[in-house]
Amino acid sequence: MIPWLNDAAAAWSALVLTLQLASVTTVLLLCLATPLAWWLSQTTSRWRAPILAFVTLPLVLPPTVLGFYLLVAMGPQGWLGQWTQAMGWGLLSFTFKGLVLGSMVYSLPFAVQPLQHAFEVMGRRPMEVAATLGARPLDAFFSVALPLARSGLITAAILTFAHTVGEFGVILMIGGNVPGQTRVLSTEIYGHVEAMEYAQAHALAAGMLVFSFAVLYGLAAVKRRWPGVGAGA
Amino acid sequence: MKSFASKLLISPAIVAWLALGCGWASAAEVLVAVAANFMQPMQQIAQAFAKSSGHQIQVSIGASGQLSAQIQNGAPFHVLLSADAAIPAQLVQAGLGVAGTNFTYATGQLVLWSPKPELIDPQGEVLRQGRFQRIARANPKLAPYGAAAMQVVERMGLTSDLQHKWVQGENVNQAHQFVASGNADLGFLALSQVASATGKATGSIWLVPSSWHSPILQNAVLLHKGKDNAAALALMAFLKSPAARDIIRNAGYGLEPLP
Repeated sequence: MIPWLNDAAAAWSALVLTLQLASVTTVLLLCLATPLAWWLSQTTSRWRAPILAFVTLPLVLPPTVLGFYLLVAMGPQGWLGQWTQAMGWGLLSFTFKGLVLGSMVYSLPFAVQPLQHAFEVMGRRPMEVAATLGARPLDAFFSVALPLARSGLITAAILTFAHTVGEFGVILMIGGNVPGQTRVLSTEIYGHVEAMEYAQAHALAAGMLVFSFAVLYGLAAVKRRWPGVGAGA
Repeated sequence: MKSFASKLLISPAIVAWLALGCGWASAAEVLVAVAANFMQPMQQIAQAFAKSSGHQIQVSIGASGQLSAQIQNGAPFHVLLSADAAIPAQLVQAGLGVAGTNFTYATGQLVLWSPKPELIDPQGEVLRQGRFQRIARANPKLAPYGAAAMQVVERMGLTSDLQHKWVQGENVNQAHQFVASGNADLGFLALSQVASATGKATGSIWLVPSSWHSPILQNAVLLHKGKDNAAALALMAFLKSPAARDIIRNAGYGLEPLP
């Protein structure tokens, strides 16, 4: 194949995979983070503080630490690996599913915090009013709380998506650079830079820069459109 | 991994680096930058060197490419032990290394290794039989061990058979992590990684004949900043001594005849 065409095909494959990973991660993580953020915003349980700290950990830990623990956990001797093997799914390392799981852990605080903040700012009153009007809790949550926290929801979705696109350390540790499975944009750029293929690195990195700027600009627009609620993160 | 005390060698390197910046360094102290794959033998060499010469030695660990970038940007190292032959040659050409001091202190021995006792036969036929899911290698574009692995596979005519089974680490240490944690079944690694800790490799291993790939040369060079440093000159000589060469051989590396 012509060299530049080969590069273009590899870059395209990495781009498609990156967007798939970010989309799947965002959808799954919001399903998990919304009830978790709601619970954190409402509860007075003594478990609140430790769980809040646990949820925030990926923000503080170096991605290589997360990646290393994930690699060990997903391995045949790890608790996760033992479980996935017992279920007949094989090992998660070096697979797309494994990357989704890793990305969900990695982006967890970016999804939970804006949502939790939005729920806290909203206060208890809207839900109490809904209850007085006879709405059941779940009904009230979907028709009152979630719409009121929509800015937090949008912020969480955008941050999770963007954070996953920019994810590098965790993917490097558990991905194994398999084309079409785990070779995403950030690892592709890193490979080009390390191999001193600066032209290819530039092309991809410039695209990433424009994308990141667009996301942050869009985020600012969201905050202008719905000020106040969900101003977190 | 060796003892806790030997791991601490890295932190004095940082202190020494700071001290050097402030102009406190004594003349008989050598600051040596060492490629990460050579860390363990270097710790033994450093102890033996300090004992026999009376000079102080401080070791900084890094990837060869990063160490080279640091040296080009003014890092105060006196000696570089690189994981390849190209970087020392480039440094000499750029005037940062002293011409004529560049020599091969160790050669890498490529192995195919698995922690599973029965997986690999002594001839490497397991590669043809394909009774495995994933095989690890270092990035062939960046790491000499990765490039050597691909030469071996090509020689065996298995390039396309293995195409979808590779998982790739950025360097040979990461490839080792994939295999040692059991996430990959086997991998092309350095003998020094799988045989240094116990002296004998556990699991199963194929020692790849060194004629099947270009030699993996690890070269050392005296840097410009060390050319008048007595301790740096002594270390360069010590690396060629039988004592140091024994340590290097025992760690799983090969040796080239001295120039």
